[in-house]
Amino acid sequence: MLAAAATIDSGATAWVLVSTALVAFMTPGLAFFYGGMVRSKNMLGMLMQNVFALGLISILWAAIGFSLAFGGTGAWIGNLDFVFMKDLATIAELPGYTGDFGLIIPILAFFGYQMMFAVITPALITGATADRMKFSAYAVLIGVWAVIVYPVVAHWVFSPNGWLFKRGALDFAGGAVVHINAGAAALAVVLVLGNRKGWPREAMPPHNLPFTILGTGLLWFGWFGVNAGSALGANGLAAQALVNTHLAAATGMLSWLVVEKLRSGHATSLGAASGAVAGLVAITPCAGFVGGMAPVAIGAVAGAVCYLALRLKTKFGFDDSLDVIAVHLVGGLIGALLLGLFADTKVNGLGFDGLFFGGGTTLLVNQIIASGATLAFSFVVTYVAAKVIDATIGMRVTPEDELVGLDQSQHAESAYQA
Amino acid sequence: MKLITAVIKPFKIDDVKEALKTAGVQGITVSEVRGFGRQGGHTETYRGSEYQIDFVPKAKIELVVDDTSADAVIEVIQKAAATGKIGDGKIWVTSVDQIIRIRTGEQGADAI
Repeated sequence: MLAAAATIDSGATAWVLVSTALVAFMTPGLAFFYGGMVRSKNMLGMLMQNVFALGLISILWAAIGFSLAFGGTGAWIGNLDFVFMKDLATIAELPGYTGDFGLIIPILAFFGYQMMFAVITPALITGATADRMKFSAYAVLIGVWAVIVYPVVAHWVFSPNGWLFKRGALDFAGGAVVHINAGAAALAVVLVLGNRKGWPREAMPPHNLPFTILGTGLLWFGWFGVNAGSALGANGLAAQALVNTHLAAATGMLSWLVVEKLRSGHATSLGAASGAVAGLVAITPCAGFVGGMAPVAIGAVAGAVCYLALRLKTKFGFDDSLDVIAVHLVGGLIGALLLGLFADTKVNGLGFDGLFFGGGTTLLVNQIIASGATLAFSFVVTYVAAKVIDATIGMRVTPEDELVGLDQSQHAESAYQA
Repeated sequence: MKLITAVIKPFKIDDVKEALKTAGVQGITVSEVRGFGRQGGHTETYRGSEYQIDFVPKAKIELVVDDTSADAVIEVIQKAAATGKIGDGKIWVTSVDQIIRIRTGEQGADAI
């Protein structure tokens, strides 16, 4: 996102390499964030689904994902120029990343950094489908998803050749590509998979909230890599994104807790964790385009609205077990739309001014289009893919396997020995 | 011989243990249990959803004593475990036919 230069900047490269490691760390962080919320018999099932994404999706990204996301000059999808990492170590520049968008880091660093986004995005779905999906079906689903859904949306939004990027929609670090995308997919899979046996009649309280708090810490820590790393440089914009990220997480937490205390009587530790994550989700698209106190406003709206969105699942009767839709889909939409209000070209000259900064409604409209297109594409394609998997190998574990839990039925292990 | 079983509030377990030791009791068996009585359960709230938790954690103490000391031991437990609030638990007494020390094979009162 920096000024043109085909030369490699060592500071920028160092920061993006570190950010890659930070983002890689978020997937195990997510595993613990989610794992603490499931029942103890499904703990390893949850950890395994997340960690497995680090294995499978990384290979698929190298084989084809990156090429479909960032190859070629098409508006709708990349091409096959970079399959099996062909030429990645030697080409001078990536299609579209020229002029103002010229990269000052090695293309391999960009490849590795983007790989970690591709890994964690399908892993986010596991929170919605907890406790009842066959491991084999999960493996097939995220494998297919990492080829036919993620790279397409990444191309539309992230690649300077993508149609949404060209339209003028902004997504600094994955509000649409990661969170709206994963949230819409999660909803589609839940509708195919069905609800957990006994939900919502039976109590299914979290088995270990300390793990959830630990996971929140890992996510928060890693998120600096997501957002400040997306500056693709070690510069003022990275600093702005880092500060924005932290402030939005802090406000998201406080805002969630205030609403929770008013509505249900207690400020809970799970609420603090959830609110922080909601703030982090919402600031993701905005991180490098807003400044001043905008992240505080964005975090505050996210914490409150995501809390209120928890009710959607009981109202409409879909068992989004760990609230992926309320936190990631709704949080991602909040961030995308608020960016249409708070974007400020004084923060980032490669962005556009939002409604509050004299830009009128152009950006807001583009944000709505980008969010809607991402949501619709991800939902429809994921729904069809899940239906096909369900009709062939079956998505769901047997009622007996669900009763004994995924740890024993899917992995022949127990998280905790009696 | 009598088996004395007491289900008490978990945080009282140390008080009861110390009181029994002071009273000369030579050994007890303790387990963590869950259940409900007149105290009932409680509600927990996770992300705005309220759950009724019916089973409350309790501590169960078991010890076998001589017929003659049963009443005294029961009194010690009752005093040490009481808070005066609902949920303090219960003590019950069962007759025991036989008791054997595994190491020596001693039987009856000698094995206590």
